[in-house]
Amino acid sequence: MSDMPVLAVKNLTVDFRSNSGWTRVVKDVSFTIGRQETLAVVGESGSGKSVTALSVMRLAPKRSSRIGGEILLDGESLLARPERQMRQIRGGDVAMIFQEPMTSLNPVLSIGFQIAEALILHRGLARRAAEAEVVRLLDKVRIPSAASRFHDYPHRFSGGMRQRVMIAMALACQPKLLIADEPTTALDVTIQAQILELIKELQRDEHMSVLFITHDMGVVAEIADRMVVMKTGHAVEEGPTEAIFACPKHPYTRSLLSAVPRLGSMTGTQGPARFRSVDRDTGPATDPAPFPETVAAERPILEVKALTTRFDVRGGLLSRVTGRVHAVENVSFDLRPGETLSLVGESGCGKSTTGRSILRLTNPTSGSVLLDGEELTQLPRRAMRARRQKMQMIFQDPFASLDPRMKIGAAIAEPMIVNKLASPDDAHRRAGDLLVRVGLAPEMAGRYPHEFSGGQRQRICIARALGVRPRVIVADESVSALDVSVKAQVVNLLLDLQQELGLAYLFISHDMAVVERVSHRVAVMYLGEIVEIGPRAAVFGNPQHPYTKRLLAAVPVPDPARRLAPRTVADDQIKSPIRGVDYVPPPRVYRKISPGHLVQACSDE
Amino acid sequence: MLPFILRRTLATIPVMAVVALFVFSLLYIAPGDPAALIAGDQATPADIERIRQSLGLDRPFLFRFGEWTWNILRGDLGTSIFTSLPVTRLIAQRVEPTLSLMAVTLLLAIAVAVPMGVLAAWTAGSWVDRTVMALAVLGFSVPIFVIGYLLAYVFALELEILPVQGYAPVADGLWPWLRHLLLPALSLGLIYIALIARVTRATMLEVLTQDYITTARAKGQNERKILFVHALKNAAVPIVTVIGLGIALLIGGAVVTESVFVIPGLGRLTVDAILRRDYPVIQGVVLVFSLTYVLVNLAVDLVYVLVDPRIRY
Repeated sequence: MSDMPVLAVKNLTVDFRSNSGWTRVVKDVSFTIGRQETLAVVGESGSGKSVTALSVMRLAPKRSSRIGGEILLDGESLLARPERQMRQIRGGDVAMIFQEPMTSLNPVLSIGFQIAEALILHRGLARRAAEAEVVRLLDKVRIPSAASRFHDYPHRFSGGMRQRVMIAMALACQPKLLIADEPTTALDVTIQAQILELIKELQRDEHMSVLFITHDMGVVAEIADRMVVMKTGHAVEEGPTEAIFACPKHPYTRSLLSAVPRLGSMTGTQGPARFRSVDRDTGPATDPAPFPETVAAERPILEVKALTTRFDVRGGLLSRVTGRVHAVENVSFDLRPGETLSLVGESGCGKSTTGRSILRLTNPTSGSVLLDGEELTQLPRRAMRARRQKMQMIFQDPFASLDPRMKIGAAIAEPMIVNKLASPDDAHRRAGDLLVRVGLAPEMAGRYPHEFSGGQRQRICIARALGVRPRVIVADESVSALDVSVKAQVVNLLLDLQQELGLAYLFISHDMAVVERVSHRVAVMYLGEIVEIGPRAAVFGNPQHPYTKRLLAAVPVPDPARRLAPRTVADDQIKSPIRGVDYVPPPRVYRKISPGHLVQACSDE
Repeated sequence: MLPFILRRTLATIPVMAVVALFVFSLLYIAPGDPAALIAGDQATPADIERIRQSLGLDRPFLFRFGEWTWNILRGDLGTSIFTSLPVTRLIAQRVEPTLSLMAVTLLLAIAVAVPMGVLAAWTAGSWVDRTVMALAVLGFSVPIFVIGYLLAYVFALELEILPVQGYAPVADGLWPWLRHLLLPALSLGLIYIALIARVTRATMLEVLTQDYITTARAKGQNERKILFVHALKNAAVPIVTVIGLGIALLIGGAVVTESVFVIPGLGRLTVDAILRRDYPVIQGVVLVFSLTYVLVNLAVDLVYVLVDPRIRY
């Protein structure tokens, strides 16, 4: 009895109905999860991993999906049960948490109500008793002053706190199995570390089994006993996490693992390095060409001094200014041609606003930005528009940053025509060349954005930026939304372009491992200020500021050997940069650690 | 919450001022000499002059507007040219049937349309959904007088279960009052039902794809609670918005409906006043309707805050 798995999935198939008939998205997948065991299902978008999870709960849309095979919970089939019994199991025996904490809680119902719902449904508690139990659960997932937050609505909580609420809801009825579908993907690294620790701890306390869906090999190594690798609906490899990490058998697993950016993999090197590429079907690896020195010794192309951007917060009867968001505060750095400076930090630290302020997409409050020696902050609007030709931006979401009704050839040609760099005919011809340049085919120019995958779209955005021959590219989380293997390819493309064209990148990212790979220098931002800046090797190898240390410690490391070592993770929340109207930032002193490596002297904040 | 209500209420003052200016200008915008039109073909110049003076057309516009506004604030809407009765009294006599008709229509429409829309969204693509949507198209396209006479024919003349026409005051008892209002409310409400049902369906379709609905299902909640607790409250803002905007439809429709069902309400009063060019009455009625509309939209804004905790002013 004791060796019967909690969940056994046998030959699972899932079909979705589309206009052209049924499409099989999960193909003959089998796995088991033992008591208190954590199984990770790993794969990239479209691999069928989330559909597998939803199918266990039988939550895939009824009319347009079909589940085949067998799903046994404690030896009893789930697929044969009537819907009424299935409702007892959902939330009772099997609970689920989701990727987007921002959207997976109902915004118009209080969190207390939403958690109590499960208690009343499955444990038959009376309203009063349920309330007490909710407070106990909120306490358990370490939500500060839990009792007073019962009646609060989700928008009053940060992303990490919402995910804690989701976990409290899932744990409400002491489920045998917790299904976690990318539960930390949308969170900042330090918050991710907290949530992973919390799940591990609760799993021990509650004797739960966990089915963990993720695309992140670092997270897998951190949490999973065993793993299943999925690719286009197939389970291509299954086994203990240590064994697969040590000796991946399937070429796809190998390509995934080699594409995973590993923090610390660059120790002892100076410049950036390309990712290794492994053929996903056959397996031979090609080692990338070494990355040459690209930084020019001449005057910096971009010099930012004491840049400050603040936003007013208004409130009250007469909409008076009640406070200010100090989004960017006294930020200074420079950037040479051929150099990559990364701005790193967590959500709300002001890294994106810094990028936008430099381009004056958001007007800075004060400070100076010199592009090629010319002051930008005082330029009239029209003149500024012309300068933007030299500085282009690539955004995070390649789905939102291309006009869905514009052919991509036209989208790439447009900036050249607007900036009068080419006649419309020339521009369209060059658009074809640019497509080749970013690894696509010229005949794709006539297609619309929805016909491309995320990685291809990001290449299109890069081509569009390159058309006007910029000297600086502000890449705002440009590879964050991409699958690992695609991410590696796009990073390699960016490095190729830097080598060839001497581009300077301001690389804005929260992903420390990618940053380590691409940067010459790194600036760490916290609450709108740069707390540490220096050569990449110095900042990563010898971090000085406590925030930098915390950030680096929180990054999941794709090394299963480290999993069992308990980590101490502080339950701090990310602080807010909103200050009173009369707040004057204290003067900051920077300490020099080594040439070019500066650290803000710590205050008591 | 209280400062918001206060601020929002104060904001209706400029709106009402603009409305008042328009209503007052009616007299001046109308083509021709209103005094001559009112006096009719057989009038002597002395008659016309007398009417001109009683309308105040001999005095400057702004002076007259100030005086008129001041009178309104004191509760005096002027005197009907035709009946020589105070406009306030004429309106007071007629207001109950119209308010009753609008209230019953509103409640009936919400009670029918919202569940219909929810059901259609839940069964999207099925025959239930298609039937609901077909009915909605019908509701949009059939004019009130057609559906009114049709309903009267079926329920009053053939089945003889409801009165053909007329109105019974609430004072005569709730059931007679309601019996007389059912057919008018149904014919007036049909387009309103169509509108609310469509918007409810569209919004619910959108809400039902949200992650928190999956969360609720994963919790083991049943479909009825998911639809009416989790989803409908999220869909409420757009639905409440069209309910508020749709009041304009009701006001326009009430005029026609009252004629069809011979209800002695403000609609009839308006039609009669327009036919007789009884300007003070027209102005008074339009002002009352505008005020109703502004108040309904104030209520809508307050409901927003109740249904969606994220809305704070």
